[in-house]
Formats: sequence, C-alpha cells, structure tokens
Amino acid sequence: MHIVYPAVVAALLFSVGVYGVLARRNAILVLMSVELMLNAVNLNLVAFDVWLGDALRGGQVLTLFVIVIAAAEVGLGLAIVLLVFRNRQTVQIDALRDLADRDAEPAERPEQVSTEIS
Amino acid sequence: MNSQLLAQSAVQAPHIEYGQLAPMLIVFGLAIAGVLVEAFVPRRARSAVHAPLTLVGLAAAFVATVLQAGTHHVAAEGAVGVDGPTLFIQGTIIALAFVSSLLIAERRPDTSAFVSDAASVPGTQEERESLVAGDVQTEVYPLTMFAVGGMLLFPAANDLLTMFVALEVLSLPLYVLCGLARRRRLLSQEAAVKYFLLGAFSSAFFLYGIAMVYGFAGSIRLSEIALAVSHSGGNETLLLLGLALLGMGLLFKLGAVPFHSWKPDVYQGAPTPITALMGSCTVVAAFGALLRVLYVGFGGMQWDWRPFMWGIAILTMVIGAIVAITQADVKRMLAYSSIAHAGFVLTGVIASSSQGLSSTLFYLVAYGFTTVGAFAIVTLVRDAAGEANHLSRWAGLGRRSPLVAGIFAFFLLAFAGIPLTSGFTGKFAVFAAAVAGGATPLVIVGVLSSAVAAFFYVRVIVVMFFSDPNPDGPTVAAPSLLTGAAVAVGVAVTLVLGVLPQPALDLAANAAAGLFVR
Repeated sequence: MHIVYPAVVAALLFSVGVYGVLARRNAILVLMSVELMLNAVNLNLVAFDVWLGDALRGGQVLTLFVIVIAAAEVGLGLAIVLLVFRNRQTVQIDALRDLADRDAEPAERPEQVSTEIS
Repeated sequence: MNSQLLAQSAVQAPHIEYGQLAPMLIVFGLAIAGVLVEAFVPRRARSAVHAPLTLVGLAAAFVATVLQAGTHHVAAEGAVGVDGPTLFIQGTIIALAFVSSLLIAERRPDTSAFVSDAASVPGTQEERESLVAGDVQTEVYPLTMFAVGGMLLFPAANDLLTMFVALEVLSLPLYVLCGLARRRRLLSQEAAVKYFLLGAFSSAFFLYGIAMVYGFAGSIRLSEIALAVSHSGGNETLLLLGLALLGMGLLFKLGAVPFHSWKPDVYQGAPTPITALMGSCTVVAAFGALLRVLYVGFGGMQWDWRPFMWGIAILTMVIGAIVAITQADVKRMLAYSSIAHAGFVLTGVIASSSQGLSSTLFYLVAYGFTTVGAFAIVTLVRDAAGEANHLSRWAGLGRRSPLVAGIFAFFLLAFAGIPLTSGFTGKFAVFAAAVAGGATPLVIVGVLSSAVAAFFYVRVIVVMFFSDPNPDGPTVAAPSLLTGAAVAVGVAVTLVLGVLPQPALDLAANAAAGLFVR
C-alpha cells in the first residue's frame, strides 16, 4: 500500500480531533477529541514504521508508549473534570471564566472561601 | 534446538551508566519513596517525614550533578545525553526545585497553600471534618518530585521518545498540583482544567511533529535526525511540517507568544508555591529541551527555523511587555513578565553559538532565582481570605512593612534589568550574544520592550511606596524559617549575580564550551 493513504487518513483524523477541541464546549468531549488526535499520530507512526522498514521498530515502540501515556492522561483528566463537576455541577468549559484578563477583582463566591478553623 | 538458538542470540542487557544518570535516579527514587511514605507513615507524621526527605534528597541530587561535571557522553544506549549544558541546566533545576520545596513545605495551618482534602467539596461536612482533624494533602511532595524528575530528563533526552515521555512525566503531576490550592478553590480547579486541556492539546501536536520527523529521518534519535537533515534532498515537506509541530509543543511549555494564553490563568489560579515551581523550573527545562532539539537535531537547517524564531521572539517580548501593563493582579502580572522574559531568552537561543548558549544558561539561572523569590514574597502578603493578590491591595505596603516591600521592589528591578541586579547581567549577556550572532534588529526590539516592561515594574513600586495604605489592607505574615530562607536565597543570588557575575558567567561559558553531545 502506498504511504500516502495512511498518512492522509491520519491527517484527516488529526484534523477531526483539532476541530473537536476547538468546537466542543463539553470538557469530556474535548478530552475525547484529544484522544482522537493521539490515535491519528499512532496510525501515522505505525504506517511510517512499516514504510521505512525500520529495523529497530522505533515507530511501533513509540506507539506503545503513546498508548500508555494517553491512558494515564485520560485518568488524570477525568479526575480533574470530576472535581470541577462536583464543585460546579457543570463541565461546560465556556462556563469557566473566573480566570481572565480583567481589572476588577474576581467576584468571591460564598463557597469559594473554605471555612477555616484555626 | 529452538531454545538453543534463542540462548545464542539472547538479548544483551543494555549498558546503563548509573553514575551519569544519578541526579535523575535520585529524584525519581525520592518520588517513589514519597509514595511509600504516603502508604506506610501515619497521617499526622507524613509532613514531618516528607519535608526533610525531599530537601535532603534534592541536595544529594545536586551533589550528584556537580560530581558529573566535565562528562560528555551519551548514556543509557543513546537515550540520554550527559554533557556540559545539560548538567548546568539540571543543576539549575535542582537548585530551583530545592528553593520551591521550601515554599511547598510551608505547613502552618494559617499559611499553608494546599488544600486539606482535595476530594471534598468546599462547605460540606466532609471538608469541615478534615479541617478539624488538621489533615493536609501530603501527596504534594511525591507529585512535585515526579514533576522535577521529568524536568531533569526533558533537557537530557537524546531521542524524541525519551523527550516525549519526559514531557508527560513533568506535565501530568503539574496539572494535578495546579488544582490543589487551599483558598479560592474554584479558581484553582479552573486553572487545572485549562492547563490540562491545553497541555494535552499541545502535546498531541508535539507528538504529530515527532511522527513527521520520524517519517522523514527514519529514526527518532536526534543525532540521526541531524544526519538525515544534512543529507536531505527531496521530501522536505515532512521535515518542515514536523519541526513546526515539534516546535509548537516546546514553545507552548515555555509560554512563547502565540502559545502563551494558558500562562496568566494557570499562574494566577495555581497555589503560589507551585506557581514558583512552574515559573522557574519548567521554563528552564523547556528551554533546555528547545536548545537541544534546535542545536543537535536541527542545527543543519538553521536558515529554515531562524526566521520563525525571530518572529516568535519579537512577538513574545512585545506582547508580554505590553499586556503586562494592564494587569491588576500580581500573579498575572508576574506571568506576563515571565512571557516577556521567555522572549528575551529566545534572543539568546537564536544566536545559535556557544556564546548564545552560555548567555542563555546564565539568564535562566538569574531569572529562575528572582522568580522564586518574588513568588515567595507573594505568599507573605495576606488578608482574611488568603493571599491578597490584587494590586490595589498592595497600596501602601512600603509604609506598613518596608522590608518586604523593599525586597519585592528589588526583585522587580531585577526583572526590569536595572544594573547591579542579575537581570541586568543576564539581559546584557543574551543581547551581546544576539548582536554577535547578527541579530541586531532583534536586540533593538528587546531593549525597547524591556523599557516598556520597566514601566509596569516601576508602577508596582510606586503603588507600594507612594500611596496611602488601605485601613483594612492585607497584613504581612511574619515569614517562617522556610519562606524566609527561600526569600533570602532569591535575594542573595539576584544580588551576587548582579554585583559579581564573573564566576557564574565563567561557569556557564565552561558548560557551554563543549556544546551538546551528539
């Protein structure tokens, strides 16, 4: 098979992922789109590995590492998103606007200052 | 017979130079020891075990780095380069991590920066219980050590696989650490989400770049990529695309301008000791990796990447300096100042000579210590709701506590690059290297934007010293021994590198003389 087919498929998959990250407002869907981008890279790496006939199988080894790290990343990302959900009851990332360039001091929410006992 | 064949062609055990990898091994060992402490030491005693363990371990790692001085070798079967610039950067990271750990170890209930129980929702019974019990989230220490270990490996990585793994090992703990602030929890968690999503997005680009470069060169080892670049003919699209995507991932980590938007939000939301760690160590590590990729892997195509780096350096300096003027939050202002400083360091990177390398190394040391010191001061200015970060709250601080305000003013002058501070020596060194490398227009832009930057640093000093204090304004907590030590180290290094820079400049020049090992 010519190298162009997998390369183009990977590029399209990557673009779908980029579109998802930019267009989706739900943190979980953004996370899934990032995974799509990583899998596009995996496809590309394996295709290049076969095409080059790399004796050290560098591309496939790298793919294995990417899979492991992507899994770790998802675990961590879901933990962070869950934490936000428990505090805000939403995972819409455009609702996260407390940190931004502005002059006024960010409005203190009542639950924001945890009751300190000392 | 089959087994005999297997025995004859048995896989040879890789040759690992444990001595040369000692700094990284010690730090990763510390991280694992930290996890074991979490598992086996009773809850109340954990802080008391973690803090000395971390500090002693980092000191040992620093000694191990110094002992390697003069090594110029590719260790671990080609995966890790141990050479002058790398050792210098690793030593810097360990020293800065040590000072940041002093801030992280600050554990008095009224001044601790970290949440008592990260999983509980603020205002619930669960949280009140954990506060009454005086719990602290001590996982902070092993997480910090994993991040520092990744930072040590990042500039040393001699192939792109190791570099990617190091990038993730340094990033993942930092994402979690960002969300662990004790006060303003929602802001802190928002910072963690933003940092995580943008970080994952950028590391996907970094990875796609690796795939492209692999497709071009047929290897992920930087030296073989350099070989392929020098023999290149024909299929350069893959190479250029790959380098662009790879550069995007690295520039994101150091916060250069088109990829800087995470920096102010994350710096503001993260607990201040973690901001100090990110503002110093992560930037140093990212520059180390960028230097290695550009000098070793893609040194042969300087004429392709230099124009782009020119543009990015100019944008970074100008936008960092101008947007900082409008900031009203101290941590956001320091974040934009860190963006502008990344631009100044990039002028040294672009010089792509041994002089450029040594001036970049010196600048990173000078900037790192000043940053940690400045954030240590930020942790001290507090009111009832925690740290008072809004600039209007700092009005009149100079009258209320002249010493703290004076030290902060000194750090700001160092950021601005006033003579007799390390900032001046560092800026002078990188600009001199850039002029020698034929980048005079870049230096003119750099000098102009440091003039703009000086304006907002001086504005903060004016607010602190020449306006009336707010009656209900923040108080300055008496610094504990740990925070006091962090501030003292920051002041000492900033002053010494400003007044007597020659030994440090010589050290950087020696380290840079051999360039990177291939």
